[in-house]
Amino acid sequence: MIREYKTIKEIASPLMIVDNVEGVTYDELGEIELPDGSVRRCKVLEIEGSRAVVQLFEAAQGINLAESKVRFLGHPLELGVSEDMLGRVFNGMGEPIDGGPDIIAEDHRDINGLPMNPSARAYPAEFIQTGVSAIDGLNTLVRGQKLPIFSGSGLPHANLAAQIARQARVLGDGENFAVVFAAIGITFEESEFFIRDFRRTGAIDRTVVFTNLANDPAVERIATPRMALTAAEYLAFDKGMHVLVILTDITNYAEALREVSAAKKEVPGRRGYPGYLYTDLATMYERAGRRLGNPGSITMIPILTMPEDDKTHPIPDLTGYITEGQIILSRDLHRKGVVPPIDVLPSLSRLKDKGIGEGKTREDHSGTMNQLFAAYARGKEAKELMTILGEAALSDDDKLYAKFAEEFEERYVSQGNETNRGIEETLDIGWKLLKILPERELKRIKPEYIEKYLPRDEEEQKG
Amino acid sequence: MGKVTKVSGPLVIANGLSEANVSDVVRVGEQHLIGEILNMTGDSASIQVYEETSGLGPGAEVVTTGMPLSVELGPGMLENIYDGIQRPLPEIKAATGDTIARGVSIPALNRDKVWEFKAVAKEGDQIKAGDILGTVQETTALLHKIMLPPQVDHGTVKWVKEGSFKVEDKIACIIKDDGSEVELDMIQRWPVRIGRPYANKFTPDRPLNSGQRIIDTMFPVAKGGTAAVPGPFGSGKTVVQHQLAKWSDVDVVVYIGCGERGNEMTDVLNEFPELNDPRTGESLMKRTVLIANTSDMPVAAREASIYTGITIAEYFRDMGYDVAVLADSTSRWAEALREMSGRLEEMPGEEGYPAYLASRIAQFYERAGSVKCYGSDNRRGSITAIGAVSPPGGDISEPVSQATMRIVKVFWALDSSLAYARHFPAINWLTSYTLYTDNLGPYYESEFGPEYMANRNRALRILQEEAELQEIVRLVGQDALSPKDRLTLEIARMIREDFLQQNAFVDEDAYSPYGKQFRLLDLILRYEDECRAALLKGADLQGLFNISAREDIGRAKMADPEKYNEVYDVIIEKIKAEISEVQAGGEEE
Repeated sequence: MIREYKTIKEIASPLMIVDNVEGVTYDELGEIELPDGSVRRCKVLEIEGSRAVVQLFEAAQGINLAESKVRFLGHPLELGVSEDMLGRVFNGMGEPIDGGPDIIAEDHRDINGLPMNPSARAYPAEFIQTGVSAIDGLNTLVRGQKLPIFSGSGLPHANLAAQIARQARVLGDGENFAVVFAAIGITFEESEFFIRDFRRTGAIDRTVVFTNLANDPAVERIATPRMALTAAEYLAFDKGMHVLVILTDITNYAEALREVSAAKKEVPGRRGYPGYLYTDLATMYERAGRRLGNPGSITMIPILTMPEDDKTHPIPDLTGYITEGQIILSRDLHRKGVVPPIDVLPSLSRLKDKGIGEGKTREDHSGTMNQLFAAYARGKEAKELMTILGEAALSDDDKLYAKFAEEFEERYVSQGNETNRGIEETLDIGWKLLKILPERELKRIKPEYIEKYLPRDEEEQKG
Repeated sequence: MGKVTKVSGPLVIANGLSEANVSDVVRVGEQHLIGEILNMTGDSASIQVYEETSGLGPGAEVVTTGMPLSVELGPGMLENIYDGIQRPLPEIKAATGDTIARGVSIPALNRDKVWEFKAVAKEGDQIKAGDILGTVQETTALLHKIMLPPQVDHGTVKWVKEGSFKVEDKIACIIKDDGSEVELDMIQRWPVRIGRPYANKFTPDRPLNSGQRIIDTMFPVAKGGTAAVPGPFGSGKTVVQHQLAKWSDVDVVVYIGCGERGNEMTDVLNEFPELNDPRTGESLMKRTVLIANTSDMPVAAREASIYTGITIAEYFRDMGYDVAVLADSTSRWAEALREMSGRLEEMPGEEGYPAYLASRIAQFYERAGSVKCYGSDNRRGSITAIGAVSPPGGDISEPVSQATMRIVKVFWALDSSLAYARHFPAINWLTSYTLYTDNLGPYYESEFGPEYMANRNRALRILQEEAELQEIVRLVGQDALSPKDRLTLEIARMIREDFLQQNAFVDEDAYSPYGKQFRLLDLILRYEDECRAALLKGADLQGLFNISAREDIGRAKMADPEKYNEVYDVIIEKIKAEISEVQAGGEEE
């Protein structure tokens, strides 16, 4: 039997203390019924004897200590899941807000999920073609990977994420895909941009949207990404779909977590974020992946804005330690008009090596990729030198490298948000750019591939 | 029996535990969650629970097992993958599916597997702790020695069997000196927080051969030594750790994935069985024990995983084997320590870490070493401990890096700017160091002659000079340098690109034997010698740089590990011939 308590002792949003409780357990979900009959949700953060410290998921406004009633439901926060969630829009707590009927749940799942057994994981190795050269060619995404976009305020990360969601496909594969999109504390406009784009391409029927907008309660944001991931796990591992999860913006999530931590008066870690931020983020990010013997997959693209474009800020820093690489957007490239402004040097996909090569993309992929990276790095160095000392100070090779870096940004990275390049096209553009350099400098590519793929001079003139 | 009074995340406080000891393992609640007692106040105990505590509340029962957190040691650990408290993950998968449910209790060593036990000790033998009772061929790569456990001091063998046994079957009986008898099976139990005993320790004097050029040639670690690999994310810490796990010339590798990605463990599980140890030809998995507490697994077990791993390593060391312990990453372990310390409301030290952080780190690394084992046969074993450190923002002024640097002898500093330029392994040659060169010098000299260390020191000096010259180039441009200095820059570039860079994903390059490393560096330095000589005689510098043998040097690292000697000889001849041509051209002008 569920008991009701009228013993709220203290409220200091987002925390509340309830006294004289019995049989309440850690992490249990609770409901607060206000005198006017409205219901708000909360969960138990700490229980000591008969005193429960409870975290509200919604605003504390209007809660009357004497009149409000608290019930504990005997289970943690759950999400009712069903295939019918596809095409629907939910709020940050998993309630439908698109005017459609309620979801008839096939199952109720704890939104915290359970850790995946490492020996049950299947290593992600299937190449996903995003149609974006800087990603496909140099920072290849594979199915089951978690690859965040590190952005900054005012950078077009939403356009890039939407482009990936629109164009991503696996070569030679059927279309059993779904998108789960979680808006975490972003503005209506940004959220609407994604939904409009999903509508435009028809993907909306295969999409589940969870929205917690900027004016929704901040603490609700702690639940939103977990709601989305619970839905994604259900679709991927119970229904065998390939799910792409986009979470935006993780920075807002971490701030909500900091708010709760501060209210609990915990010892703060760096920049006031709680010491367990790493573990907390990991329990979300690690839900991406593939499982042995299961056809489904979860590929995750979390987006975060780096405060002051600082990659060493705790949020990008800890994210980078958990995720399998990162795509970093650059303000300089954005100013130069490079679209998408992906800074390829600090960007990285850790799983690329298993997803590329013969039978997956093309045999020359790995070698050209390393060569392009090394050449661009040297070209950028040469350009820096040039700004200090002038062009005359460069050696002949360095001049070529500087030219290479210039062309690389223009022709390889800057492709616009509507261009969908095949992997062959991406690789061929890479070879054309390498043509700028003397052949003896191409040390990272096997000679037989140079023989086979490097455009000959006459072709170059024609092209 | 105790009762829970408070639950706050992984910390549980329970009353009524007056019979329990500090550090006892307890079972909490209906699901029998595994926990460990940290502190006692009166009859109330602070317990860290190794599993998720959701659904636990006041009133739940707590039972102590009366034992400290221990591991089971015996045949069946190799090729296995355990969680932080030594539960076998494949068997958990068989029991509970793809995710890890709570309260699972499965013994670490398979109870049903039958092993072929060969007796070494004989009836009537006088025997002391550490002596070998018999052997089990655990995998084709490793002979598992069943030893008299340290708990039994000395005695006489009453009987010893031979044949097929399960781990719990009795294989021998010892009459102790006090007249009591003990029957022994193949399992030893040992508390993880206490180091296993050994006879005495030595100063390490043999190098660990990892097949990685920058490590073996430039910054070697000794067998029995300690090393740290710090670096920001994306700088290749894990790849370095994996390379060491794959190619180190040790008998057993214990790889601890501590708070890192699940897919990295999967990668090891997929890849290691396919790769062969270059020395024995056996699959690498056959010598590997994996401990996985991935970042989504409960944080309290992360703290234990490091100890679980090193205790298993000590057990293999006691058999007289060389063991490498790779911990990725010790920062996550320290964070787990910090989290529990915060929940215990201890006074924080630097950056919220507990005041005992440095001493805990030191204790861990001190369990490495080259030792004379227990037992009468004077066998030697070693543990090399290599820990990755993940400093926030890549800034090594933080407490975990600093406490680690104070204790380890080798420091492989990973550098993100090298990683951006795809220079891998991204170990910075200017900031890394090793303190083992003095100890290892005699070994190198006897194996490869005095040139080995001389070449190494010369290469490091060239790289140092390069850094200084680069400063000048940045101010006044390359043209201001003398031809001599420009040659130094070019040679430094060759050392970096043609020697230090090593591609872990290309078969020919992933493992580089000692001899090949020595010859490859020698090749570059020979080229320098020839160039310097030609330069003195007035040869054109650009001409010297443009000889076609340069391309051969660039590809020399890909040479077949069996045939590199001949290949390099050919290149040297070519260098000489081409340089004398350039020189002749210079003289004509």
